[in-house]
This record gives sequence, C-alpha cells and structure tokens, in this order.
Amino acid sequence: MTISATHLTKRFGDFYALRDVSVEIPSGSLTALLGPSGGGKSTLLRIIAGLEAPDEGSVEIGGSDSTHLPPQRRNVGFVFQHYAAFKHMTVARNVAFGLEIRKRPKAEIKRRVGELLELVHMGQFADRYPSQLSGGQRQRMALARALAVEPEVLLLDEPFGALDAQVRKELRTWLRRLHDEVHVTTVFVTHDQEEAMEVADEIVIINHGQVEQAGSPSDLYDKPATDFVMSFLGPVTRLRGSVVRPHDLELFPTPEPDAVEAIVQRVLRLGFEVRVDMTSDDGEVFWAQLTRGEAERLGAEPGATYFVRPVVGAAVSSAHLTPGVPRDSAPPG
Amino acid sequence: MRKTRPGKLVLRAVVLVYVGFLVALPVGLIAWRTFAHGAGPVWHSLTSANARHALKVTAEVAVIAVVANTIFGVGAAVLLVRHRFPGRRVIDALIDLPLAVSPVVVGLALILVYGKTTGFGGWLADHGIRIIFAVPGMVLATIFVSLPLVVREVAPVLEEIGVEQEQAAWTLGASTAQAFRRVTVPAIRWALAYGVVLTLARALGEYGAVAVVSGRLVGKTQTATLFVEERYQNFDQPAAYAMAFTLAAIAVVILLGITALRPREHR
Amino acid sequence: MTAAVAEPTTKAPARRVPSGAAGLGLGVGVATLYLSAIVLVPLAAIVTRAGSHGWSAFWRAVTTPESWAALRFTLLLGLAVAVVNAVVGTLVAWVLVRDDFPGRQVVDALIDLPFALPTIVAGLVLLALYGTNSPVHLNLAYARTGVMAALLFVTLPFVVRTVQPVLIEFDQEMEEAAASLGASRVTIFRRIVLPNLVPAIAAGTALSFARAISEFGATVLISGNIPFKTEVASVHIFSQIESDNSVGAAAVSTVLLVAALVVLVALQALQRWVVKRA
Repeated sequence: MTISATHLTKRFGDFYALRDVSVEIPSGSLTALLGPSGGGKSTLLRIIAGLEAPDEGSVEIGGSDSTHLPPQRRNVGFVFQHYAAFKHMTVARNVAFGLEIRKRPKAEIKRRVGELLELVHMGQFADRYPSQLSGGQRQRMALARALAVEPEVLLLDEPFGALDAQVRKELRTWLRRLHDEVHVTTVFVTHDQEEAMEVADEIVIINHGQVEQAGSPSDLYDKPATDFVMSFLGPVTRLRGSVVRPHDLELFPTPEPDAVEAIVQRVLRLGFEVRVDMTSDDGEVFWAQLTRGEAERLGAEPGATYFVRPVVGAAVSSAHLTPGVPRDSAPPG
Repeated sequence: MRKTRPGKLVLRAVVLVYVGFLVALPVGLIAWRTFAHGAGPVWHSLTSANARHALKVTAEVAVIAVVANTIFGVGAAVLLVRHRFPGRRVIDALIDLPLAVSPVVVGLALILVYGKTTGFGGWLADHGIRIIFAVPGMVLATIFVSLPLVVREVAPVLEEIGVEQEQAAWTLGASTAQAFRRVTVPAIRWALAYGVVLTLARALGEYGAVAVVSGRLVGKTQTATLFVEERYQNFDQPAAYAMAFTLAAIAVVILLGITALRPREHR
Repeated sequence: MTAAVAEPTTKAPARRVPSGAAGLGLGVGVATLYLSAIVLVPLAAIVTRAGSHGWSAFWRAVTTPESWAALRFTLLLGLAVAVVNAVVGTLVAWVLVRDDFPGRQVVDALIDLPFALPTIVAGLVLLALYGTNSPVHLNLAYARTGVMAALLFVTLPFVVRTVQPVLIEFDQEMEEAAASLGASRVTIFRRIVLPNLVPAIAAGTALSFARAISEFGATVLISGNIPFKTEVASVHIFSQIESDNSVGAAAVSTVLLVAALVVLVALQALQRWVVKRA
C-alpha cells in the first residue's frame, strides 16, 4: 500500500508546520520520518492518519484519495508516543477494541487477540491493566492493538521516545523483525538518527516543515544533499571552511599534497575510538576520529604535528554550515 | 474538521438554554425588579436604620468568621499535610463534615449546646455571656458552615509543593517560623486567597443557620440575608429586592474574584 | 467530596518539624478544641437529643405524617436533582471544555454564581422569575417543580466543577487511538470518555445530593412551605424548632445527617477503589 503525500501545507496560526511537502512511501517499506523536534514530521504523520487536516495538498493511500476521510475510514493503525492505552480496559480488551467496533464474532476476536498477544510476547499480561505494565509493555500492547484490525498502513509517532535507552534499543530491533514478518507499509517518526539508520529501509529527513532529502540510510550518509542532512546524520567537523566527517580525516606524519598542518591539543580514548582534537596552522579548531590501531601506529600525543586531509572520496561540503542549502548550489555571498 | 458539526451546535444550545434560564435570567431579573421604580426607593430602603444595622451585623460576623477560619484553615492544612499523629483521620473527617450538614441542623446543634437551658450554655449565661440569640452564636454558626473552605484549598497545594523547599530553608539557617513565612506562605498564597474568598462568600450568604441561632431579632441580630426574607414576608418587596440586589452585586464581585483566583487546573 | 488531604506524601524522608513533638501536640490540641467546640460537640448533641427519650420516641418523631412526608419528599427530590445534575452537569462541563464560542468564559464564570450568591437571594430571584408574577409565564410557585428548580440552581456547580478538571487533563490521544481503530464519535464518548469520567461524575453527584437534601434558604420562599406538598425536611425542622419541639427537630435532623453521611462515605470508598485501579 503506497502512500503519496503531495504538496502538503499546514499552518497553525502564523506558524508553518509543513510547507509544500511531497513524499512517496513505497508499499511494504519501513520508512522513517527523521528530523529535529518541531520540524513537522509528527504533523505529516498525523495528516496521513487523518488526525489533522492539511490546509493545502492531498494524501493518497493505496491509490485512492484519502485527504478528507476521517481517521475511522482510513484503515491506518496508529501508535502514539505515550501509548494512548485505554486505561480503563485490560490489555486483552484494548487489543480487542478495533475488532469489537467492527462487530466481529466473539470467537474470532478471542482468537485474534490471542494471536496478536503471542506475536508481541504479551500473552501472560492479557488480564492486566495498562497501569500495571511497564512502558515497553504498554507500547507492545499498543502495537498489537493497532495491528489487530489488519491495517493497510501502520504509523508510529516517536514510538520509543518515552522509554529507557536500553528498552528503546531492544524494541527498535524488535520492530524491524516484526516488520519483516508482517510486511505492512510502516512509517515511523523519530528524532534519533541512530534509530532511523538502524531500522529503516528509507529515511525522509524533515526540517522546518520541508523535506531535506529522502533515500536509503547509506545514500543519506554518504551523499548528503544539504549541510543540514550531513550534520544531522553523523558527526562533522570543519577543516579549511569545509564540513567533513571526522572519521574521514587522515593524519600523516610528513607533508602531503593538499594536507593541512595541525598540532594535537588533546587525545581522548573512548573505547574503540580515539578522538584527536587539533588546531590547524590557521588557528582552526577541529577533531579527527581514529581507530585505536591507527592512533597507536601514529603515536598521537598532545603537541605532535601532523598533516591532515580528507580521505579520497569522502563527503565534503563546499561551504560553511548553512541548514537547508543544497551542496551543489553556489555558496551565499 | 473545521466546520462545526450540527451535534456540537445542539449541545451548545442545550447548555446555553439551561444555564441561561437557570442562572443568567433570574439574576438579571433582580436588577430589573430592583430598579423598576428608579434608584431613589432603593437607596431609601438601604439607608433605613434596620437595613444599615443588618449590613453592619453581616459584616461583623463575616469578618470574624473569615479570620478565624483562615487561621484555623492554614494551621489545620499544615498539621494534616506535614505531620502524622493519632486521630489524624478523625480530624480530617471532622473538617469535611460541615459540607454534609443542613444549615438549620447547624443552628439546632448550636442551640442544644450553647442555649441558656443547657448545662454549658446556662453556665455561660450565668457569667453574662450570651451565645444564642446574640452575635457570638451567629459567629459560631457562620464559622461552622464555612469551616472546610480554606483547608480544602490550601492542603492540596501544600502537598504538591512538598517539604523540600522548607528543608532547604532550614539548612540555610531559617527557623521554622521564618521558613514558613518566607517560603511556604508565598507558595500557597493564591490557593489561600481563593479559600478566603470562598469563605467570605459563604459567610455573607449564610441564612439557615443564623436564622435559627439569632432569633431573628430585627435591629439586633438580623443579618442582611435575614433582612431580605423578613421584609419579603412583610410585603415590603422593594426593601427585600434592594437588599437582595446589594447582596447579589457583592456576590458578582466575589464571583469575579473566584474566577480570577480559581486554581489553574479548573480553568 | 475528596478528603481534605490524602495520606501524607512519601516524597521526602524526614518529616519532623525541628521544634518537635511539643509544637505538634499544641497544634493538634488547638485544632481538636476548635473542631470539638464548633463541630463535634454540637453534632453529638443533636444525636443525643434525638435519642434522649428512647428509640420509640425517636421513631415516632420521624414518622409523624408531616415529618415523614417532608423526609420522603426531600430524599426523593434529592435523588431526582442528583440524577439531573449528573447528566446536565457532565454536558455543561463537556461543552465548556471541548467547545469554544464567544461568551464561553462568561458562561464558565456563571457556573460559580450559585456558590457565591446567598441562598435566600437565589430563592427570591427564582421566585421572581418563576413565581406568580413570572415574566416568562411559568408559574412554579408553591409547586414541587419550583422547589426542584431552586435545588437545581444551588447544585449546578457541583458536577460541572468535578468533571471539568478531569476533562481538561483528559488524554485525548485515547480518543484519537479509538478513532484510528474505527470508532464513531458517539462510541468514543460512550466507551472511552465516559468510563473515565465516572469517578468525577459520581463525586459531583454525591455532593449535589448532600447539598440538595440540606438546602433551606433557596426553597423557603418559592415552595410556600406547604406541609405534605412542598415542605422540605430542613423547613420542617425549622418549624419544629420554632414550636420548641427539639426532640422532633433533632430526630429528623439525625435522619438527614445519616443520609448525607452514607452518601459521602460511599463516595470516599469509591474514590479509594478508583485510585487503586488507576
């Protein structure tokens, strides 16, 4: 079930949450809407769900125009950041809700609820109330509830945002595996780039109400279209006015063509990685990321001088950091 | 979702009609009926000796009751929230009790304890202290009916702000009294103000309990509310309306106070 | 009504005031004295007086035709008023929280007017509008509906103000989740919103019942106080006091007290049960 959002604009008073946003979500994919808080990704998701109405533009789900359909009729499953559990109902009743609305026979409901609870490993909690569950358990219940009615599309709004770091990581992997089993077109919103990179087939980066770039995780990381995308998805540092990835910097003990001379200020050993803070002969402060092996071979210590340049083929920005500026356009000024 | 659904309009209309006919219309009518013959007769009624005395008695009784219940209210709130002691539940229940008691029953209860014919009341009378059919009795009655109001507003706030700020003040050298005055009181002041305003409204508006306890002696133990009823029963409608209007006007001012001070969660 | 305080919070470990047990003792002593002198002893006196001539005298006082009629009328009317408030109060709270229209804040403020207005003034005012000279040609004076109107007036704020805060804090995402699962607006209200409002509605309804059966000032004028027809229990008690029948007055008072207390204690139990589930 593909989802097509075309030229969506949404205003709240004077504030533009979305400005002429168009997105194509391939059928059966697991897509992440990624971006900083307040950027518009939740708004986009809610418009797809029918929980908000756009001021301009349209939404097509599975080829039919859904722009003005209420959420009841879109057959989309929605999972909220704070679970939205029906706190006055047991887990089983929560999961059964959508089926009861559709007036399915009791036996079928019972069977389906059982299946789903097994799928999310919540079978033994069927008669508990949401208040008796942990955050991770509530979210799994919410997922089972959304999946119960066999939606064509599954939407998740920062589903792991309210959970502990450890639980977040576990559920992230679990979501990926669930998707591989169930194959529903899934879109989830997150501000955590690690999460998006790890889980999604496709990532759409949204900032200030506009799409910065859409593509696979490796495309976005290796070929960022704008400085914003580059700095959002991974570490960046600046050398000679260009933005480059610290792990793409090579250090040479002797002069090399196009290399910048710099002195080591500090060496930080962070487990496997070593962070080397340096100051160039121009007074620029930057840092390089080396593996332990590389650092040991170089013998990097404060005060040592090296010649630094980006590795061949590394992503390098041509101008200083300007959010939203495409990299192949002329720098401003 | 932008267009207003018809169901919404129906609900809105029902509510507006209900509140309109039950509250707005009747209250609007007072003003109209009161000034039906101009402001002159109104002023005349209100400046009569009995009217002025009634207002004076009302004010006296109300002020004493408000002060007493404010002091008690804050003290009881602190006691109940910050301490554990045997009988805590009993005191808690006793404080809430006045809400369940009919004003007439309050009056009767006070007569049974403080009336001349009872043991205690008789002893007081022998010492020249009259409670029933005198202002002290009315004060007691008014205190009774408005007792819980300050406590119930202040206690939840005290609970919410917790004891840590006071403890921080102690570690910085403040005595209990200083910590209370400089840290706790500012934190509860809006809740306290709201409670005081509610108490005042209740005190000014009390009718049943003082009707029983005061003996309704015109010119002596008659409050403004008793004045309204007495004048009405004596076919002096203009005077009744004049005083009713005055009380209603005060009530509206108090209402503005209530609306402005009502705890945020209730807005 | 909620209790004035919940159990002491377990937030901070040390709860002793530095001045120690002496200060606490004094405080408790003063509070106890204040409460005893004003609340406890007088109410105990009522119950004592009611039973002062034995159980049979009590029963006789309560079951005289007039007092029985007054009690029956009062309790049934209280029930009716409570039910109307449960429905209308919830409706009013819903519209005040979920709807927006010019003048909404005025309506919101008006809800508190019955709290602020003296009951006798309320009675006079309702009589003016719905009495013999009614400008809207609705004469409820000396009629049971008149008494009911008066009681609806004084109890209006109770359910509204207990339900409103719950609606304001309500997790609307539950409603959105239900919508995404296919539930219609009516179903959402019935199956998601209402069940979560029940404790607040119950609290407000209990309070309005207790208030309705106790009301005196608002009913005194419009009812005409016709025995066996429009006389409420509190008015009956008043007339017994005036006739020096303190035992009779105390007996009926005790019945009223018990009725109110039963309802309020049931409410407290309900609230405790709800807190356990939440």
